[in-house]
Amino acid sequence: MQIAYRSLRKLPLPSGWTVTGAVMTLILLVPIGAICIYLFAPSENWSHLVDTVLLEYVVNSLWLMLGVTLGAGGIGVTTAWLTSMCRFPGRDLLSWLLLLPLAMPAYIIAYTYTGMLDVSGPLQGWIREAFGLSYGQYWFPEVRSIGGAIIMFSLVLYPYVYMLARAAFIGQSICVLEVSRTLGCNRWVSFSKVAVPLARPAIVAGLSLALMETLADFGTVQYFGVSTFTTGIYRTWFGMFDAVAATQLSAILLFFVFGLIMLERWSRRRAHFHHTTNRYQRLPDIPLTRGAAAVALIACVFPLLFGFIVPTVQLIIWALQTWNVMLDHRFFDLVWHSFTLAAGAAVVALIPALVLAYGNRINPSRAMRFFSRLSSMGYAIPGTVIAVGVLIPFGALDNMINDFSKIHYDMTVGLFFSGTVFILLFAYTVRFLSVSLQSVEAGLDKVRPSMDDAARSMGSNRTTVLRHVHLPIIKGSLLTAIVIVFVDVMKELPATLILRPFDFNTLAVRAYELASDERLADSSTAALAIVAIGIIPVILLSRAISRSRAGAR
Amino acid sequence: MMSNSHLEIIDIKINLGGKRVVDTVSLSLNKGEIGSLLGPTGCGKTSLLRAVAGFEKPDQGRILIRKQEVSGPKEHLSPERRNIGMVFQDLALFPHLTVAGNVGFGIRDREADVIRRRVSQLLEMVNLESYAEMYPHELSGGQQQRVALIRAIAPEPDVLLLDEPFSGQDMERREQLARELREALRQTGVTALLVTHDQMEAFAFSDLMGVMSQGKLLQWDTVYNLYHWPRERYVAEFVGRGVFIQAKVLDEHRLETGLGVITGHMSTSYPENTPVDLLIRPDDVRYDPQGEVKAHVESSAFRGADHLYTLVIKDGFRVVCHVPSHYTFEPGKEISISLDLQHLVVFPSVHN
Repeated sequence: MQIAYRSLRKLPLPSGWTVTGAVMTLILLVPIGAICIYLFAPSENWSHLVDTVLLEYVVNSLWLMLGVTLGAGGIGVTTAWLTSMCRFPGRDLLSWLLLLPLAMPAYIIAYTYTGMLDVSGPLQGWIREAFGLSYGQYWFPEVRSIGGAIIMFSLVLYPYVYMLARAAFIGQSICVLEVSRTLGCNRWVSFSKVAVPLARPAIVAGLSLALMETLADFGTVQYFGVSTFTTGIYRTWFGMFDAVAATQLSAILLFFVFGLIMLERWSRRRAHFHHTTNRYQRLPDIPLTRGAAAVALIACVFPLLFGFIVPTVQLIIWALQTWNVMLDHRFFDLVWHSFTLAAGAAVVALIPALVLAYGNRINPSRAMRFFSRLSSMGYAIPGTVIAVGVLIPFGALDNMINDFSKIHYDMTVGLFFSGTVFILLFAYTVRFLSVSLQSVEAGLDKVRPSMDDAARSMGSNRTTVLRHVHLPIIKGSLLTAIVIVFVDVMKELPATLILRPFDFNTLAVRAYELASDERLADSSTAALAIVAIGIIPVILLSRAISRSRAGAR
Repeated sequence: MMSNSHLEIIDIKINLGGKRVVDTVSLSLNKGEIGSLLGPTGCGKTSLLRAVAGFEKPDQGRILIRKQEVSGPKEHLSPERRNIGMVFQDLALFPHLTVAGNVGFGIRDREADVIRRRVSQLLEMVNLESYAEMYPHELSGGQQQRVALIRAIAPEPDVLLLDEPFSGQDMERREQLARELREALRQTGVTALLVTHDQMEAFAFSDLMGVMSQGKLLQWDTVYNLYHWPRERYVAEFVGRGVFIQAKVLDEHRLETGLGVITGHMSTSYPENTPVDLLIRPDDVRYDPQGEVKAHVESSAFRGADHLYTLVIKDGFRVVCHVPSHYTFEPGKEISISLDLQHLVVFPSVHN
């Protein structure tokens, strides 16, 4: 009977929705297309790059990925298991607090720990004072290293694994675990031989998201002096002014990313099989002995403490020391810039999301689904790559416009696209459309087709249905879409850094600049503002999770 | 067609995705009559209902509501302009509105006072007065059902359409709900058309009933006739239980069967000696200790008030028979029965 709803249009001609969806997808794919076109173009620096740094980029990236897999994976799976299966004091509170590190951009946690643990930081200062040593006379691990970067990433990216693994553990049939117990497996064997393998697709999906973020990171590796693709692209572009080589590096990075997308898609599809029932299942409560409960509590508090609380407290301490200097009119300019940019991008990204979601609803077809998949791939593409992919075609377009106007009107228009906020909004839309689309689709899912029909059978025309049925039901989701994109744009660093108009600063860019100038304490007000705003979607997320747990329809 | 028909469907054809899902269907309902369309999944009944509602555009044929053409060669009125009410399979209650908000949705343009009175009158009718300010998800399945119904009839539609409205309910509750709904509809005097694949629902609900198969409406008749005078073999098999036994026509009123000569009013007349299949319903077979026909119990199903026995009469004839629960026979036992056939429903034999 579903057929009936799918057949509002009987003509085989592509509908307006399909055409609009196709056009929109094409436009959003421009950056990737631009990079692919340049892939085989000749570049004078290319062979030089291959000879010198390419291997280093690859090796560093692989090390980072391996480290984050172990770090974020280990923390994520352990905390997910403990909070979903075991009973210990503070579990309910911790199960959402553990999401908080999501609010902390990796580059900000990197600045904070550097400030704390560097040679000039309070800890080493205290060591020197307490033991009467001077610099070089004692060993202390170097924060600004690849190992440090791995720890930073693990501390803020584990929530991806945590979230998905937890959902998988909760969704698992408790019977399966109980069966394994009756078959003579103890708890640990059940965990490692049954629960984890069953949740593996979810864990892999979470890990691939964490690894995408790792590859996309620019601020942390740049600050730590770890050469990876993102820093390489930036250097090639701004240092050597070699657009071709930069795009070619981007293409190689895209290759890595594409592998991760495949991994994620594949594991998500497999993850489907395990949710055989929609029924609400009571969580198993493995009661822990006092000692075990204490260990579990410590294991869950540890990532929260070092991934969120310690850096936030440090930021607050710095901000208290410097706010009277930093909170001048320029700071409010930053806030205003960040705010308008983020709000603008959130609204702009909502438009294609609405078109694609409604297209899929009104005219569901393979093509339409394909377009929404394709156009929401941007979430995996590093900001640096999108920036390069956006700059090339729009820069070329600007040059064409200027050449044209010079010849015909003897004047230059200036950088019409690439020098303005337009190009930033476009890049953000490419990168964050999937976030927006997911929310809109989730909201629209709640409006069943029969609700449209019901309203129309009661005398409402299409406009009235939109206003009185759709809008009230999806309004919350639209707001969520706006808020999440808003916050993501707020935190975004590399694309903003590369694409911003001249002398146009945001909080993220300013924090980066101050930190690069070793003015860590001064960067804290901007950083703290970003973290504070970043908490909003975490709260939304944890509310959404707990609501879906209640088993309500 | 009858002159006072309230809903008239004339030779409707609907193609979907290159397939004819509704094939030349006609039916009509008078004011206040309740009709059901019965058929298996995919028989086209829902498409027909959606065509009446205006969600599906028929490729051919006409639909008239109160003598006004709403679908036809020239006209295809959009759903909102047909003055129909519809109850959906998933009920489609608006989650963002209270019960009162849902019920009042179709009349929200009227005066606040009028809306309030109408809503409370309807809620009272289905005993939900105290639920007005609750949200749909706080209600039980049966309560949601009633809200969906009164929401659909609040604007006083000319025709009420119901698309498998009971399918989300428990099996045991369906019949009762159908009867409750029927009572509510009787009070309002609305003309209604129900689509279902559950015949008990249809029996409990309707005056007129039709069986659809592969897009065709095989028979549109009273509930009684559909059961006792099925005009097609498919209808006989789909509605109610029963078995066919082979027979030969002797004359207009007599059949020769393995159980002897049976006399009665025959549904269709065939020439002498035509081999036919005779329909025997469970209620045509009576347990009768004095009965002449002997049969062996093959299997039995306990159904509470009665047993449903499958009996083997000599030569492998099988019939089914309801026997009150306090008579219990083990499989293999021989019992006496008598046939009580007032009407002989026969179809051309498929055995030869």
